[in-house]
Amino acid sequence: MDAKLASGGISSLENDGRATWARVEYPKIDFEDLHYYAAPKNTEGPKSLDEVDPELLETYKKLGIPLSEQEILAGVAPENRVAVDAVFDSVSVATTFKEELAKAGVIFCPISEAVREHPELVQKYLGSVVPVSDNFYATLNSAVFSDGSFVYVPPGVRCPMELSTYFRINEKNTGQFERTLIIADKGSYVSYLEGCTAPQRDENQLHAAVVELVALEDAEIKYSTVQNWYPGDSEGKGGIYNFVTKRGDCREKNSKISWTQVETGSAITWKYPSCILRGDNSQGEFYSIAISNGHQQIDSGTKMIHLGKNTASRIISKGISAGVSQNTYRGQVSAHRKASNARNFTQCDSLLIGDKCGAHTVPYIESKNSSAVFEHEATTSKISDDQMFYCQARGLDEEEAVALIVNGFVRDVIQQLPMEFAVEAQKLISISLEGSVG
Amino acid sequence: MNAPAKIQETKAEQSLNAQFDATLAQTTQDNANQRKQAWDAFKAKGIPHRRVEEWHYTDLRTKMTDAFALASKTSPKADALTGAGGLETYRIAIVNGRYVPELSSNQALAGLTVTEAEGFLAAQLGTDDAMAHLNQALVQGGITIKIDADATIEAPIEIVRYTDGTEVSSYAGTSVEIGSGAKALIIESFEGDAEAAYQSNALTEVKVGDKANIHWLKLQVESEKAQHIETLSIELGAETNFQHFIYNEGSALSRAQLFLEFKGEGTHAGLRGTCLLKDSQHADITLFVNHAVPECESREYYRAVVDDKARAVFQGKIIVEPGAQKTDGQMMIKSLLLSDTAEINAKPELEIFADDVQCAHGSTTGDIDEDLLFYLMARGIPEAQARKILVLAFLSEAIEEFEEERSVELLEAMTRKWLHADEMVSE
Repeated sequence: MDAKLASGGISSLENDGRATWARVEYPKIDFEDLHYYAAPKNTEGPKSLDEVDPELLETYKKLGIPLSEQEILAGVAPENRVAVDAVFDSVSVATTFKEELAKAGVIFCPISEAVREHPELVQKYLGSVVPVSDNFYATLNSAVFSDGSFVYVPPGVRCPMELSTYFRINEKNTGQFERTLIIADKGSYVSYLEGCTAPQRDENQLHAAVVELVALEDAEIKYSTVQNWYPGDSEGKGGIYNFVTKRGDCREKNSKISWTQVETGSAITWKYPSCILRGDNSQGEFYSIAISNGHQQIDSGTKMIHLGKNTASRIISKGISAGVSQNTYRGQVSAHRKASNARNFTQCDSLLIGDKCGAHTVPYIESKNSSAVFEHEATTSKISDDQMFYCQARGLDEEEAVALIVNGFVRDVIQQLPMEFAVEAQKLISISLEGSVG
Repeated sequence: MNAPAKIQETKAEQSLNAQFDATLAQTTQDNANQRKQAWDAFKAKGIPHRRVEEWHYTDLRTKMTDAFALASKTSPKADALTGAGGLETYRIAIVNGRYVPELSSNQALAGLTVTEAEGFLAAQLGTDDAMAHLNQALVQGGITIKIDADATIEAPIEIVRYTDGTEVSSYAGTSVEIGSGAKALIIESFEGDAEAAYQSNALTEVKVGDKANIHWLKLQVESEKAQHIETLSIELGAETNFQHFIYNEGSALSRAQLFLEFKGEGTHAGLRGTCLLKDSQHADITLFVNHAVPECESREYYRAVVDDKARAVFQGKIIVEPGAQKTDGQMMIKSLLLSDTAEINAKPELEIFADDVQCAHGSTTGDIDEDLLFYLMARGIPEAQARKILVLAFLSEAIEEFEEERSVELLEAMTRKWLHADEMVSE
């Protein structure tokens, strides 16, 4: 289904939203040639999980995300239960644990359903964090998004399980434009995880999602991403362009938003999950592991915008570059006039594996308040010969040694992930670095 | 690939058009071609604005509302020039971009040659910056300073750049060649009529040979209404020690942009400085340090004290090119905000293409440490004075690292004067 963009949404596609400041290079995207809507192959749409392509379930299993409830009921301890919303191409195919969540009052459903069932919430919050005209890709998403996930946690409720969305792009030439909206009402807590994969394709595919988080008074949202989109082959052919706008709004006092991301996939990752610290005493966190290998390009980081009093933010970014990849951390920390006693601590460490790759750090530190205290530190280094020797002397081969050292390097961030995904993320890191040494 | 939207010319750009035409009419053919080339490069970009990443925090297009008329040749009284204050120096005076022998030291100094250059400098800049190109197109005069190989010059070489007149603009071009094994202290000052509004745009190109030992102190004490732009391009040979310090006190708007490139191995470069800002001053220090060869060390340490509605901008980029192994680059920016209307923007960048390197940068922003203040006040020092002591200590740390005795003394005196620190003691 080819789509022509409504002229009202985007007046011109001549400029493809390229930024002069970002360290990413890619050929011009032909937006006319893109598929803006694709449904999973079974045209009827799967009625139950049994009808889902077994190949997809296999990918799912590999990622360690248990989709079927039976599987969980059969063996996994109750505290490890995760409610999953699976989005294939442009359609949400299955949402698990809906009933149990409904008992707690938590709404977790495809956003297409939320538009029908809970229009008052959608109208109130959609686009309130990322305005339609925010940036090129947010505008594009706003114009064409067809599905995504919606979460609403009512006041005082601690969401009884991890929520998770699993994204997959199947169709050729497809752009995935999903939209996620999470609202944590007063005093609530929710932990949300997204996983992303795509099969191998020669052409580049575009993923331009928008994620909006709203935390009201005393609420906390923890958003974790394990991103493993197809990165392209060893020649740099194919792969996903991951151009995502993610932003959280600590709208009221004492709220907290925490982003954790493990970025191992995509040909190009270009995103800055951000926190607007609007409420007094609100907190923002950003923990990131970005691994680039082969021809991958990453320009990622965060924005911490301190608006309220006594706001605090913390940024821990670990970048690892291997192969001929380019890995850039770009982050902004700003304190506005009224943000008295704002605090930020930023640590960006880069690790280089091989002499053909690049590691770059570009922080923007802007302070307009004398009581704001911002600290930033960054280091760049390589795996030392001593470390390698130590590991190899104990019988590890070169690749295992690198994986072990890298896992130590990123430990601060892994610890922030929900337990069941931490293990998976560690595995992913080892897989991503395969072929980077020797 | 995407043609940028056509931007309308500002009033300043229109004035510059006329000034360039007038300049062109007065120059020789050879010179004119070079000017034209530079002018085209400037026109392609226009006056930088916030959409130009390197100028993001200093929106010159907005701040430079007009381009003042090109300053004519004048000869101010000798006592108008301050330079390095009381130090015994070898003085080179440049007024409105032109070398003025009458105001300069006239006896020869062994190992040093100063020649007046005609207009355009064929600088091989490591930059494609619009304001550097503008200087090349409009430069009014210039000098070439040569320091012979193995020469040790004891007296500080003082370059005084003075803009004489109000509502005028001066464009100075300077080329400095420092031979291998040379040792010298260069103190350059940028100044003008106090109270006068003027624009000064200086372009300086420095080439240093191998095994040299150079200290370079820049005193930016332009009038409080001045707009000051300086582009400094530095190339360093092997095993050289080059130490640069910016003392930034003057100007309503100032921008110092340094482009440093390591050309030989085993070289150390220190780029340091202090910014002392008040009222609604805006000061921008932007660095590009390119480690093009292995085994070089660079240190970029800057400190800023920002009061009232002033704004300090610091951008520093350490680039480590492929193959520049064993590079050691450390950058640190510390800022003190003394008022809630002051602002600091810092952007310390690392761009690394080699794996066997040690690079780090850090940045801190905050107010005076309350504990330290309490400590001093508990010992009977009034708060206002205690604050000054702490600010002075904060700045002195950076000054002392310059490790050149005469300069450190001069800098500390100037810093104390700015702080009115001595008045407090005598009260």
